[in-house]
Amino acid sequence: MSFRGFLIKVCHVTGLPVLEPFVRLAYGEDPKEQFRGIAKFILVPLLAVGLFLGAWSMAARVVVTDSMKLPGPGETWNAGTQLFAMHFEQRRADAEKQREKARSAIKLYAQAKATEKIAQKSEDPAKQKALQARASVLKRQALDAANYVPSSAPTFVDQIITSLKTVFFGFMVATLIAVPIGILCGMSPWFNAAFNPFIQVFKPVSPLAWLPLAGLVIVWWYSSLQSEPFFSKAFLISAITVSLCSLWPTLVNTTLGVASVDKDYLNVARVLNLSWSQRLFKIILPASLPLMFAGLRISLGVGWMVLIAADMLAQNPGLGKFVWDEFQNGSSLTYARIAFSVIVIGLIGLLLDRFMIFLRNLVSFGNPAAA
Amino acid sequence: MSIATLAQPVSRSSPLPEPPPPIMTMRGVSKGFGQGITRTEVLSNINLKIRPGEFLAVVGFSGSGKTTFTNLLAGLEMPDEGEVLFEGQPITGPGPERGLVFQNYSLLPWLTVRGNIALSVNRVFSHWPSRKRRDHVEKFINMVGLKHAAHRRPHELSGGMRQRTSLARTLAMKPKVLLLDEPLSALDALTRSVLQDEILRIWREEQQTCLMITNDVDEAIIVADRIVALNPGPRASLGPMFSVELARPRNRTELNHDEYFKGLRNAVTNYLVAVRQKDRDDQAARASQPRFELPELEPIVPSKPSVSVFSRSVSNSGQ
Repeated sequence: MSFRGFLIKVCHVTGLPVLEPFVRLAYGEDPKEQFRGIAKFILVPLLAVGLFLGAWSMAARVVVTDSMKLPGPGETWNAGTQLFAMHFEQRRADAEKQREKARSAIKLYAQAKATEKIAQKSEDPAKQKALQARASVLKRQALDAANYVPSSAPTFVDQIITSLKTVFFGFMVATLIAVPIGILCGMSPWFNAAFNPFIQVFKPVSPLAWLPLAGLVIVWWYSSLQSEPFFSKAFLISAITVSLCSLWPTLVNTTLGVASVDKDYLNVARVLNLSWSQRLFKIILPASLPLMFAGLRISLGVGWMVLIAADMLAQNPGLGKFVWDEFQNGSSLTYARIAFSVIVIGLIGLLLDRFMIFLRNLVSFGNPAAA
Repeated sequence: MSIATLAQPVSRSSPLPEPPPPIMTMRGVSKGFGQGITRTEVLSNINLKIRPGEFLAVVGFSGSGKTTFTNLLAGLEMPDEGEVLFEGQPITGPGPERGLVFQNYSLLPWLTVRGNIALSVNRVFSHWPSRKRRDHVEKFINMVGLKHAAHRRPHELSGGMRQRTSLARTLAMKPKVLLLDEPLSALDALTRSVLQDEILRIWREEQQTCLMITNDVDEAIIVADRIVALNPGPRASLGPMFSVELARPRNRTELNHDEYFKGLRNAVTNYLVAVRQKDRDDQAARASQPRFELPELEPIVPSKPSVSVFSRSVSNSGQ
């Protein structure tokens, strides 16, 4: 395949057909047609966004109460840039503090060594003992300083990262549960009959209903643990709530994918006398991957949506908590920051969706479906 | 005049040589689907012997149960009545000794041409060293002329290339009987005749027994040693057997002027058309007949001494 064909294929598989006219234009293919494509995919959406911004700023002028005011696009943008500026300022300050601590750690360690030397040289056992105690105190201080972790409040970017970690952890747990069960349900109508009531009943349940129960189980589990757990309680509650909600689309789609494997493929397996595991791994799983990944895509979307609510309620330091805290503290910037985080949440959701489309197209036997 | 007499009558102790035992036999095979009121009988009382090494064509109209017929021979379906024998043994399921080429190719879309063929080779010849298996796969890719497309996936292939791949996949299992279920019916006429020649070449080279299901009488005459007609379903049964006594290799253009070819083609076609017409007439007659609705009444029969009384007395006396 030519490089051009490869690039166009990349555009389709990554779910970015927007870029296709540019690739074709770069190779000088019928410019008029390509400009039409660019107009359709770029200019028209840009125009629509412009109209939306206009309507938004008009609304911002109208929607005003005694204490609150709908932020306009400009204010939102400023609040956003400020959030990022605060993040970088914080990082810089933290780094400064850390360097300082590292310097003092070296200094303390040197002092400790010097004290130890003096202790060795001194002949008075009492004095030696005191000096050695002093040296060990200094050493411990040096160690603390070297291991210093800035304890500043999480910034907006930190919160985004926490949210992403939470959603991926929850999504991973959901996938590990849903895919095997889905395969079993798809392969055995009996197993499906047993599981179907649970799927039907729990599928439409909102995360807010799950959250207290998930919290209860995790609090109980943590109370029985002796050692320090690896995950914080709030993180785990959020992640498990995400799992419980994003389980179902994957489960249902995997079941459908496995149950609807083309009968001809199964006949091929029968003619070849494939064993059960060979049939599963060579025929059934590859054949059901596209539907399974379509389910995973919906799951990740649901998970991201649920996460914001779960973060709010479980006080997991993610984007949901950010929105909630802003709402509670009620500064003049509150609503602008919330509006900004709404857009950020949307954009991250879009990126996650594109990523899943990309994965799904990779397993669709070279037939990328429309995004 | 003298009458010559033989001193001793010579008894012909060795009559005609025994025909070789059939490689596959269908004995009184019936098959239907569904149960109760929704049941349809597809095939009924099929008897067929496939001779080793022959090329047998089964011709029939669509809907006459041709696919069920091949599935029975392949072992994908089990007969409701009767039995299907392979080398004298009843078959219990599909196996690599009976290679089936599917009508709709049934290639696995996530595997390349090479991957599809390798799947069957790796399974059937799992005891071979990997080097030998790889060479075997390449041999069959070359045999169907797909060397240039071995790395492509099915959706990047034309219909003819897909069927070649499917053929290579089945041939690579080295089946003793090759079952071709309308392998060429989805292809254009040109690709069709090319693939017919290829199937014949491979059949000669591999010296297999071959059974081809088709709806094309010309195709059947060109490829087959014997042609058997399948009467229209439901309850399809086998019609007469036509023997094709044309020298091989058969040339299509020459055959078009051959009187024997024309006669045979007419005979087979006329039989199929006539049997379908009869079937339709029967159906029409059945539909136009006045229907008698019988009341749901039990006829009154003078009561006989019941069997249960009798059997009880027997069992009592036996105690």
